[in-house]
Amino acid sequence: MSFEPGIITERLVEIGQGLAITVGAWAGGVVIGMAIGLLIAVLQIFCGAWVRGLLRFYIELIRGTPFLVQLFLLYYGGPAFGLELEPLSAGVIGLGIYGSVYFAEIFRAGFMSVPRGHLEAAACLGMTRLQTIARIQLPQMLVIIVPALVNLVIILSKETAVLSIVTVPELTFVLTGIGSETFAFVETLLVLCVSYLALTELTSRLGLRFERRVGRFMLHRAS
Amino acid sequence: MNQTSRIANAEVVLQARQLCKRFGAHEVVRSVDLEVHRSEVVCLIGPSGSGKSTLLRCMAFLEEYSAGEIHIEGELLGYVQNGADRRVRASEAQINHVRRNVGMVFQQFNLWPHMSALGNVTEALLRVRRLKPDEARRRGLAMLDKVGLAAKADAYPGQMSGGQQQRVAIARALAMEPHIMLFDEPTSALDPELVGEVLQVMKDLAREGMTMVVVTHEMGFAAQVADTVMFLDQGAVVARGTPREIFQGNPSPRLQQFLQNYLDRNAFWQQERELKEGAA
Repeated sequence: MSFEPGIITERLVEIGQGLAITVGAWAGGVVIGMAIGLLIAVLQIFCGAWVRGLLRFYIELIRGTPFLVQLFLLYYGGPAFGLELEPLSAGVIGLGIYGSVYFAEIFRAGFMSVPRGHLEAAACLGMTRLQTIARIQLPQMLVIIVPALVNLVIILSKETAVLSIVTVPELTFVLTGIGSETFAFVETLLVLCVSYLALTELTSRLGLRFERRVGRFMLHRAS
Repeated sequence: MNQTSRIANAEVVLQARQLCKRFGAHEVVRSVDLEVHRSEVVCLIGPSGSGKSTLLRCMAFLEEYSAGEIHIEGELLGYVQNGADRRVRASEAQINHVRRNVGMVFQQFNLWPHMSALGNVTEALLRVRRLKPDEARRRGLAMLDKVGLAAKADAYPGQMSGGQQQRVAIARALAMEPHIMLFDEPTSALDPELVGEVLQVMKDLAREGMTMVVVTHEMGFAAQVADTVMFLDQGAVVARGTPREIFQGNPSPRLQQFLQNYLDRNAFWQQERELKEGAA
């Protein structure tokens, strides 16, 4: 079997569109996942045992089942419950739900990392619990949780490949399609790997810059 | 009219009645009665585990007290009376309302490390008092100037010594113009050579007439500055009186034993000498 880059260059437009959909689904999933995750973590602070138990159940349920199965159930099982979604919408929402429980655990760990005394100082000055979260806890915990957040964002970039099973025309779908049409599996899978590598490398570089930015006050540490 | 009777005639700022705090079956504070009058300085002393810090934290409602009452300028702290002998925890807004005139200083300073000194002082002015930024900045700088740290306005807590951090924490509490200041072992986390600068700020405050409750191991400070000293042991008030009565009177065996520890460290006598020199 010969190595033919021509197969790739001929269909660059198609591949580019696939990449765009991958990036879009990834960004959408990250935004939804972070929003739900933060909401879960904040609700766990404010709510009583009942709601907390329910949230724990949600976290364990999503964390304990494969994303592939979740997405399958959402897309193919959804219509049975009156939930008819386009492949891409199902993919983005599914990715968001899948990511949300991991984001929630990162945020929860972050909230716990801020010393209780910092919250007591805020309370004594009359700040509300919500103000304390927004002004004292979130900025402080960012320094600690950014590496974990970047890590999860990187993991989610590769999970977008699973969207191909519900026919979302993202990168994996396009390239494996080309592969089975032309039997050029090595070329297509190589491009696939390089594309994901490029995305994750870019993310981790941006993450490092962000880490340094939010960690500015830590650099001032005397000891 | 001497100092003692002038304070006794002043209005009561904070009153605790039959205050109890239990952690499970363990009773940490037992039926403490306490009145703090306007401009009075009360020092709480006692061995570690005696319940003095827990008592102080109850006064800021950082601990829910189990029984009894705390009134701040006449208002019940932390609870809403619900029928004759039932009460429920007050809402966050109600707690903050009663607590609005209470300032708190912690052993570990508890400055927010992601904000500059000025940011720490102005945060509550902006978010709670809702001052305009330039107004908050003006008041914040004035408060830092009061504790001698105007030059450190833009420094972060991690760039300051412990003594400087504690002075910023005092400025942060003062900025809210409290009627009473609570200090929870404010110098216990400091290197010995940094204790003096914090005590000096507290002495200045006392001289200006600030009402203060101070949990401390600094017997010299208590002897010099307090109007009333209370000795706690195992959650109960064992002795209370003027510094003279506590430090020079006929102490109970427990108090004597406690003070003996400080004699060993010489701190008490050193301050006593200063007191006598001051009186002479």
